[in-house]
Amino acid sequence: MKKNLGLKTILIIAITLVFAAGFIFGPNPSQSINAWKSQGFVAALEQNIHLGLDLRGGTHLILQVKVDDAVRADASAAIDRLKSEMRTASINYTDVSQPDPQGHPDEIVVKGVQPDQRGSLLSIVSERLPDYTETSGPDNSYVITMKASQLQDLKNRAVQQAIETIRNRIDALGVSEPVIEEHGLGQYQILVQLPGVDDPARVKDIMQNTAMLEIRQAVGGPYPNEQAAMEQQTTPGVLPPDTVLMKSAVNPSDPSMSQPQWYLLSRSSAVTGRDLRGAEPTSDENGRPAVRFLLTGPGGQRFAAFTGAHVGDKLAVVLDNKVQEVATIQEQIHDEGRITGAFTEQQAKDLSMILRSGSLPAGIQYLEERTVGPSLGADSIRHGVTAAVIGLLAVLVFMLIYYRGAGINADLALIMNLVILLGFMGYFGATLTLPGIAGVILTVGMGVDSNVLIFERIREELRNGKTPPSAVDQGFAHAWITIVDTHVTTIVSAVILFMFGTGPVKGFAVTLTFGLLANLFTAVFVSRVIFDAHLNRHRAGEALSI
Amino acid sequence: MPAATIGLENFGVASDARVNNEVEFFRNTNIDFLGKKWYFLAFSLVFSVAGILSLAFWHGLPLGVDFRGGTLVYVKFTHPPNDADVRAKLDKSGLKDAKLQSIAGGQGGTNELLISLDIKETSEQALDAGKNTIINALETNAQPNKQDLNNASVQAVTEYLTNNDPLHLGLDSQQRYEAIAQQVVNTRDKSLGGVFSGFNQLSGVPGPVVQSLQQGFFLSDFGVRNVEIVGPQVGRQLQKQAILAIAYSLAGMLIYLWFRFEMIYGVAAVVAVFHDTLITVGAFSLTNKEISLTVIAAILTLVGYSMNDTIVVFDRIRENVKLLRRESLSEIVNKSINQTLSRTILTSGLTFLTVLSLFLFGGEVLHGFSFALVIGILIGTYSSIAIAAPMLVAYQEWRNKREGRPAQVATLPAARTKEKEKVRAR
Repeated sequence: MKKNLGLKTILIIAITLVFAAGFIFGPNPSQSINAWKSQGFVAALEQNIHLGLDLRGGTHLILQVKVDDAVRADASAAIDRLKSEMRTASINYTDVSQPDPQGHPDEIVVKGVQPDQRGSLLSIVSERLPDYTETSGPDNSYVITMKASQLQDLKNRAVQQAIETIRNRIDALGVSEPVIEEHGLGQYQILVQLPGVDDPARVKDIMQNTAMLEIRQAVGGPYPNEQAAMEQQTTPGVLPPDTVLMKSAVNPSDPSMSQPQWYLLSRSSAVTGRDLRGAEPTSDENGRPAVRFLLTGPGGQRFAAFTGAHVGDKLAVVLDNKVQEVATIQEQIHDEGRITGAFTEQQAKDLSMILRSGSLPAGIQYLEERTVGPSLGADSIRHGVTAAVIGLLAVLVFMLIYYRGAGINADLALIMNLVILLGFMGYFGATLTLPGIAGVILTVGMGVDSNVLIFERIREELRNGKTPPSAVDQGFAHAWITIVDTHVTTIVSAVILFMFGTGPVKGFAVTLTFGLLANLFTAVFVSRVIFDAHLNRHRAGEALSI
Repeated sequence: MPAATIGLENFGVASDARVNNEVEFFRNTNIDFLGKKWYFLAFSLVFSVAGILSLAFWHGLPLGVDFRGGTLVYVKFTHPPNDADVRAKLDKSGLKDAKLQSIAGGQGGTNELLISLDIKETSEQALDAGKNTIINALETNAQPNKQDLNNASVQAVTEYLTNNDPLHLGLDSQQRYEAIAQQVVNTRDKSLGGVFSGFNQLSGVPGPVVQSLQQGFFLSDFGVRNVEIVGPQVGRQLQKQAILAIAYSLAGMLIYLWFRFEMIYGVAAVVAVFHDTLITVGAFSLTNKEISLTVIAAILTLVGYSMNDTIVVFDRIRENVKLLRRESLSEIVNKSINQTLSRTILTSGLTFLTVLSLFLFGGEVLHGFSFALVIGILIGTYSSIAIAAPMLVAYQEWRNKREGRPAQVATLPAARTKEKEKVRAR
């Protein structure tokens, strides 16, 4: 009974080599070979195994994108558009505003429109505000809300845009191999993993900075406080149409900016962050740190129109709804400007980088923060590897003692199992976490179960009087179904763990699954080939060492 | 090694192919497992009830920071920390409800302390406020305009060195200083466990650099090793996910078993697994160990493992029901358990060995995980014999009584015929 042993053996050796290559060369072979040449074998191996945050050290953050901010911004722009359209169409109204910006950020209410002008209003809404629909409200008022699908779209786009912006900023900071992706299902959350960053304070600030830049006309001010501002208006207590009061930014280290002032600004902006095409740190006439920004073509045109029409008036540079600077327009400016104010040199650098990366479409809030220091990471690796080696040795030795010759068989299969497992992880670039190391240890324990099943059955068949070849046959045949059953159930729980788990737990699920798959192969196919090879070389009637 | 070779004669078969001189435990055992089912039940009841009582009235369900939210700061000091001292510092900063826990090291006390803050001090408006307060409170020897070298990042050290240029390298010095900074941080983190006790520990760093660092940095007496801050929203999300994962797992198993065997096998197995989970969670409650995400992973693993074990016994029962038609069900089940006993004990033993290695040598981070597995594997093995098998028999006896057959007739439904044929043909 040759059973194509030669072919099978070659197949096994080939597979072992393929997976060993996966482990040694990793997903990027040329890179590994370079590392091998320059840093030695062990260092190259370390590069191939992608270590998780809990082993390498780093920061893990979950951010909530406050998508309602983006919705409110869109509604605000819609209000502006609506007002100008109604003016053009000579529709009279008493008020257009958001009644409940917190609870219903997409809702706009128009009051005081006469019934005969309803038709024009409707056509304006359907033509100029295609994302919105309109319903009638009480007392000649109309409620304009965003269409449900558009609302969902807007929120999703806000999250995607936030991810892009954050990615730009983190890339500029030079963090290696960051992970920035959407987290969870439909909760508008972002997962950020920053390996090697063990002091996240500065990175968090940079990520969170909405960096909303606007230039508006400064109509009045400075006022020492809000009350004084209201009192000094033409009609005390009433702000002129289309204006808002805004506070200035405070710089504690600069005496001229230590107290906040209030300014009266126009509601709409001449230039926004979207019109920026560049920003860089510089200094102003007094040598204080400042940021110089450059505008795009259309942005520059609008800016020129604005400054041209308002020479002699004042403009305000507003950053994140705080007035940074107010300056007089001396002449028409075309495409660049400068922000001075409350910065240190580092802040000016950071702000330029943030402006270049684009502004965040919505605010973000931190929901979870985990930082593993590299000392803990190194300790974890040490502990994990020690436990793995001890566990493995214990099993190998036991199998030798208890099953003697067949024990060698099991041990070979086990070692090949590990090679295949590590090769899988190398090829897929899978991440090894501390629970992942535990998964490897468990794979050893559960994997050897298959061998025990087969060997016990073989012993039983031998006891029942079968010849060794027949006993081996029966042993494998009966054990096969049970092995499949047990592996499938454990793989099912591993898959569920992968779906529901976070980083380290996912690593565990991955090593467990790969390990069990490898085990299906080694315990049944490889063990069988070794048995057959052994049986072939011994005379009939000789005892089987098991 | 015990000499072998009894047994073959019992089968009345003489054969040349004997199994000689082997190490084998559990050969030809004939223990009446089913007869002892009341002892087993009592044993299980004692532990289950103890666990439930602890869950309800004593320690409750000790959730880790992953699920209840809060702030956890893991700090290593240069000297053994004085708990009262630390608490006084924290109180002064307004953190009155901080919990302190010393980390027991293997080598007689590490200088490590786990400081945890409740969810109340962890709001999503300023998630890291608690952590910053703790660090500021502990940094009692802070010097103005100097950073703490024990908690500085590579970037901070690089920036400082580049700005001050102690080696007079000129403009392109950043890479060189980054390498030096990395070396300093590695010495601190990989060789010294995370804290410098003095500037003299900066070996291998050029003298001028050390002097420059002494100008710009001071050394606090602690280093932060690990921070975990979980806001309330994430805590709730993770709770939901953990419960869903366990529920789906059990459902998946049930469906798979119903497919491979019959419904009653599935139900018996699920009851056994449920029993295992209950006792494991009870053990956590009794010992007041925290249940974190990795512990849930361990519980799901032991669900899979316990299923495995039960399936092996069920497979044998199914096979024997076909073969031994004239025997009563409890005899068949007993025989099946005895036949698989050596395999069961061996596998559990081996898996237990590996998990024990993890528990003893795997370190603090995996402690909860390995504890769950240690208990889970023992109980999982026990439950296949003590819970699942008796349940099968009890169900069959009940069905027989209802349908008027004598109680001990073994008509336990096995898997579908086609599959049996496939097995025999192999």
